Amino acid sequence: MKNITDIRSDFPILDSKVYGKPLVYFDNGATTQKPRCVIDKLTEVLTMYNANIHRGVHSLSDKASEEYEKAREKVRSFINAGKREEVVFTSGTTGSINAVAFSFGERFIKKNDEIIISSLEHHANIVPWQMMCERKGARLRIIPINENGEIIPEEYFKLLSPKTKLVAVTQVSNSLGTVLPVSLIIEAAHALNIPVLIDGAQGVQHGITDVREMDCDFYVFSGHKIYGPAGIGVLYGKEKWLTELPPYQGGGDMVENVTFEKTTYNELPFKFEAGTMNFPAAIGLGTALDYVLTVGRDNIEEREKELLSYATKRLSGIDRLKIFGNSASKISTISFLLKDIHQYDTGMILDKLGIAVRTGTHCAQPVMDRFGIDGTVRASMCFYNTKEEIDLLGTGIEKVISMFS
Amino acid sequence: MTVNQVQDSIVDEFSSFDDWIDKYNLLIDMGKDLPAIDPRFKIKDFLIEGCQSKVWLHPGFMEGKIYFTADSDAIITKGIVGLLIRVLSGRTPDEIISAELYFIDKIGLRQNLSPTRSNGLLSMVRQMKLYAMAYKATGQRPPVNGKNE
Repeated sequence: MKNITDIRSDFPILDSKVYGKPLVYFDNGATTQKPRCVIDKLTEVLTMYNANIHRGVHSLSDKASEEYEKAREKVRSFINAGKREEVVFTSGTTGSINAVAFSFGERFIKKNDEIIISSLEHHANIVPWQMMCERKGARLRIIPINENGEIIPEEYFKLLSPKTKLVAVTQVSNSLGTVLPVSLIIEAAHALNIPVLIDGAQGVQHGITDVREMDCDFYVFSGHKIYGPAGIGVLYGKEKWLTELPPYQGGGDMVENVTFEKTTYNELPFKFEAGTMNFPAAIGLGTALDYVLTVGRDNIEEREKELLSYATKRLSGIDRLKIFGNSASKISTISFLLKDIHQYDTGMILDKLGIAVRTGTHCAQPVMDRFGIDGTVRASMCFYNTKEEIDLLGTGIEKVISMFS
Repeated sequence: MTVNQVQDSIVDEFSSFDDWIDKYNLLIDMGKDLPAIDPRFKIKDFLIEGCQSKVWLHPGFMEGKIYFTADSDAIITKGIVGLLIRVLSGRTPDEIISAELYFIDKIGLRQNLSPTRSNGLLSMVRQMKLYAMAYKATGQRPPVNGKNE
C-alpha cells in the first residue's frame, strides 16, 4: 500500500493553511478532497476534448462520448453491477433518489401503499419519499433506532407487510457513522418480494460494495464523496426495474424518436439521462474510482478502522465529551457534544485552529430528535487523515473546553 | 455616545488583539456578560430565523427609544448579539434605521464568519432595523404574530 506521505501528497489541498495553521480536514462526510489525478483529468477534458457527448459526428464529441462511456464502465465494475445498462449517471445521490421516488411512484404506488425508511436517513432519503407519498396517498413507515444509534431489526420486520412497496435505507448513517445491516434488510424485504433501495452516499467510499452480492434493487451514491467531482452521481438499478420504470425527465438524448404525436424513449441507460449530462464530472469520477482502487479498498477500510479506534479512544478520554452513535459497526465518523458548550461554539473555535468539522443537524434532524439534541459536532475522517491530526483535534477540543469554562 | 462612537470603541477593543483566538475570548466574555433576557421572551415569537444557533431578540419601547435584550444557546453568538445591542440599544428608531454598521467589517467579523453564520449576523441586524421601522411607523410596539403582548 502507498504510505501516508505519498497518499497525502496526492491531495494538493491537504497542504494548505487555514488562518496560518495547517489544515486538518475532518469534514469528509460532507465532501472529500480530490486527488491530483482527478483535478488533472478535469483539466484534460476541458482542454483537449470538450464537446457534447452522444451528439456530434466530429472527433472531439466522439472522444468525449468514449471517455464518458468508459467512466460508466468503471462505475459498473467498481460496484460490480451486471451490465452497463444498469448504471445511470445523475446529479448526485439526491438526484438519484428523487428519480426513483418519482418514477417508481408513478409506476407502482397507489393509495395506502407503504414505503419503509429508517430513523437514520439523511433528509435526501426522507423528503423525496414524503413528496411521493403526498402525491400518491401513500404512507411512510420508519424503522426506529436504539440508544447506540443502530436500527432495531425486530421493529423493521414488524413493519414489513403486503402494503409495503419499497424499502429505502442508508448503507451508513451520515450523522452517526453507523453501518446498517443492509444484507439482512434486503433479505427480509425480498422474502416478501419487496424491492430495496440502498443509499450508498456514506458507504461506497469506505470499503467494497458489491451490488450483486448485496442483491439490492437500487443503489445510489455521489461522486464528490468518493474523491470525485461534485455534480455527478450514480443510480444503479436492476435492469428489470429500470426497464419498467418510466423516465423522470424528458429531453434530448433520452429519446429514440420524437414526433408531436408520440415520443419513444431511448434504451437503457440513456432513457434516464435527459439533456447534456455533466460529462466532465462523470469522467472525473471514473478517474477517482481508479484512484481508490490503486490505494486499495481493503487498505482504505483497514486504515480508517485504525483511525476510528484511535480517535474514539482519544476523544472518549476527554471529560465532558459525549459521543453519539456507539455501534460496534461504524465508519470513521465521530459525532459528539461537549457538556454545556454549544456545537456552534465548538465548531467556530476548532475552525480558528485550522480544524474543519461539521456542526448542526447534518441534514438528519430525526436522528437529533431521537437523542433530544439539536445538533452535534461531527468529525468525519478518511484514509488520508492521520493520528497526528486526531491529536490536534483532541488538543483543540481541550482548548475549546478551557475557553468556555 | 453616538452610534459611531460606540462602533469606534468596539473597533479599538478588538484591534488590540492580533490572534483570532484572543478576539474570540473577548466575544466569549461579552457573551457571558450579556444581561439576561426576561424568560417570558424566550419564545418562538422572538426567535430569529437564519442562525445556526438559536437567537432570541426582544425589543422594549420606552419614551421613543428601543431597548433590546437578547439571548442565544451559543456563547459566541451571544457575544455577537451583545455587540449589536451595545451599538443599537437605547436609541431612537431613526438612529437604528440609519445606522451603518461598519464595525462588523472592521473587526473582521464578516470575513471570519462563513456565509451561513454571517447570514445569522445579518438576520439579527435586519430584525433590529425591522423593529425600528415598525416602531417609527406606528409609534408603538409592533404586534407579535398579529397580537400585542
